[in-house]
Amino acid sequence: MTLAAPSIHDLIRVREAPAVEVHDLRKEFLRRDRNLGRFARKRRAAALKGVSFTVARGECVAILGQNGSGKSTLVRLLSTLLLHDGGSATVFGHDAFRETRAVRRLVNRVSVEASFFKKMSPEENLAYAARFYGMTPRETDVAIPEILAKVGFPTERRGEPMENLSRGMQQKVALARALLTSPVLLLLDEPTTGLDPRSKLEVQEFIREVRVEHDATILLCTHDLAEAEALAERIGVLDRGELLCLEPAAELLRRYDASTLEEAFFAATGRRLEDEEDDEDREVFA
Amino acid sequence: MTAAALRVRHELIGLGGVVERNWYLVKRYAWWEIAFFAWTVANSLTIVFIAKGIEATGGHVDINRLTTILLIGAVVWSYLGIVFEILVETVAWERWEGTIEYTFMAPLSRPVHLIGMGIFAVLYGIVRASLVFGAIAAMFHLHMPRANFVTAIVIVGIASVSFIGIGMMTAVLPLISPEKGTQFGFIGQGLMLVVSGVYYPVSVLPAFMQWIAKVSPANYALRGMRNAILDGAGVGAVWGDIWPLLVIGVVAVPLGLEIFRRGEIYAKRHGKLKRSG
Repeated sequence: MTLAAPSIHDLIRVREAPAVEVHDLRKEFLRRDRNLGRFARKRRAAALKGVSFTVARGECVAILGQNGSGKSTLVRLLSTLLLHDGGSATVFGHDAFRETRAVRRLVNRVSVEASFFKKMSPEENLAYAARFYGMTPRETDVAIPEILAKVGFPTERRGEPMENLSRGMQQKVALARALLTSPVLLLLDEPTTGLDPRSKLEVQEFIREVRVEHDATILLCTHDLAEAEALAERIGVLDRGELLCLEPAAELLRRYDASTLEEAFFAATGRRLEDEEDDEDREVFA
Repeated sequence: MTAAALRVRHELIGLGGVVERNWYLVKRYAWWEIAFFAWTVANSLTIVFIAKGIEATGGHVDINRLTTILLIGAVVWSYLGIVFEILVETVAWERWEGTIEYTFMAPLSRPVHLIGMGIFAVLYGIVRASLVFGAIAAMFHLHMPRANFVTAIVIVGIASVSFIGIGMMTAVLPLISPEKGTQFGFIGQGLMLVVSGVYYPVSVLPAFMQWIAKVSPANYALRGMRNAILDGAGVGAVWGDIWPLLVIGVVAVPLGLEIFRRGEIYAKRHGKLKRSG
């Protein structure tokens, strides 16, 4: 693949810096109080309230949180799709808000919605995505069938429109899209939500493979406790924009004197993970 | 290869990717393409028949000349509509499909992304407008013995730069207002239709509209093309229409890029760079 070559300085920075370093990161959105009508003044609602953490190179960290807890906001900030209101975030030493081009070369993501041009085929969608990362048609002619086979997608169906494919198949193509560009940081925002158990296991197995084979760092945002426990070395709890803890599962259980992650989450937040957020202000910031 | 050369290569591959994706969409929505083409032909016919209608109701006009004037107006207008529509879709279509976040987090510079959309819009628009022009001219047996098509092509080429620049300005609207942006883009396009002399001379407009027409590239493009096709004017003879197009183009493209850049910053600050629904 022929992404614009990083300088020696960049290479040293990538090698030495933590994969992700977030310090006191804050993000607010303007929200209108629905009860006060359509023309009511908007007010600021905090999506992230001074979040700080570090992810080491090659590590897999899971962030647990309810809908509206700020997980997707965090992913979108690190993906350079949002500007912050305070604090800092770096990706392999690059400022996520000032050095966006450098960050974009290093990051890719998979989110809960597969998101493709529905009439276009997997092959066409992947080619479109790959061009933006500097891959030529000759390169993608080889790489796309390979990556699709790797994620367990039947390659003979790569010419069919996306709309003809099942949700599980589409999510495999989404994984292929993220991996086609060889990201060193993979942001996974509920990548298996809505998948059947078999597809879920396949995707999780593939995530493990990616870590080993591509030496990728993974930030997994999820509300699937089993998935977090199975894939991540450390697990964090994000609640109403605050990161309450981030540590290995065993320490999390010890800290909250819990026997399961579910109990630990309840002890930390006072709510169950599957409960819907009851605060209108926090209604799905992503 | 040096870092700068690799960077240029990367950008050119990305630009090709934008054109390639649009071509895929044209192929995948082939029946819609046929329907839109038929609609454009029908719409243009209803306008072009006006000349025959005037004669049928007792008016005295040079039918061939008036029909050609109206046909040029209809075809240029449909071309302009295509260029604007495709550029507005830079954001609107991606938002609708949900791909906007993946596209906007990719390491391709925004100017190259937008210029790629503009290049496709011009290529696609020229092919479609030429087919409409040819079909209707053949249907009406229009005679254009003095037509200077070289001048007409030069004018379309220069005017297209301005159209792309203005299209970039309208492309920002769906970015900053997901709910109303596309609609405002159509309103802007409609205003340009009124003041640009698409089917009548600008001189018949009220004074304030004539002032607005001075900054509309469509005004100069239409006048220059009519002179070239009806009277065989060469490039030198329509210089009075070409230089304003050059000036508008030189201003509109950088201005369009800057407006889009600011719009993107606004969207990133307010969380609007995301899929619909």
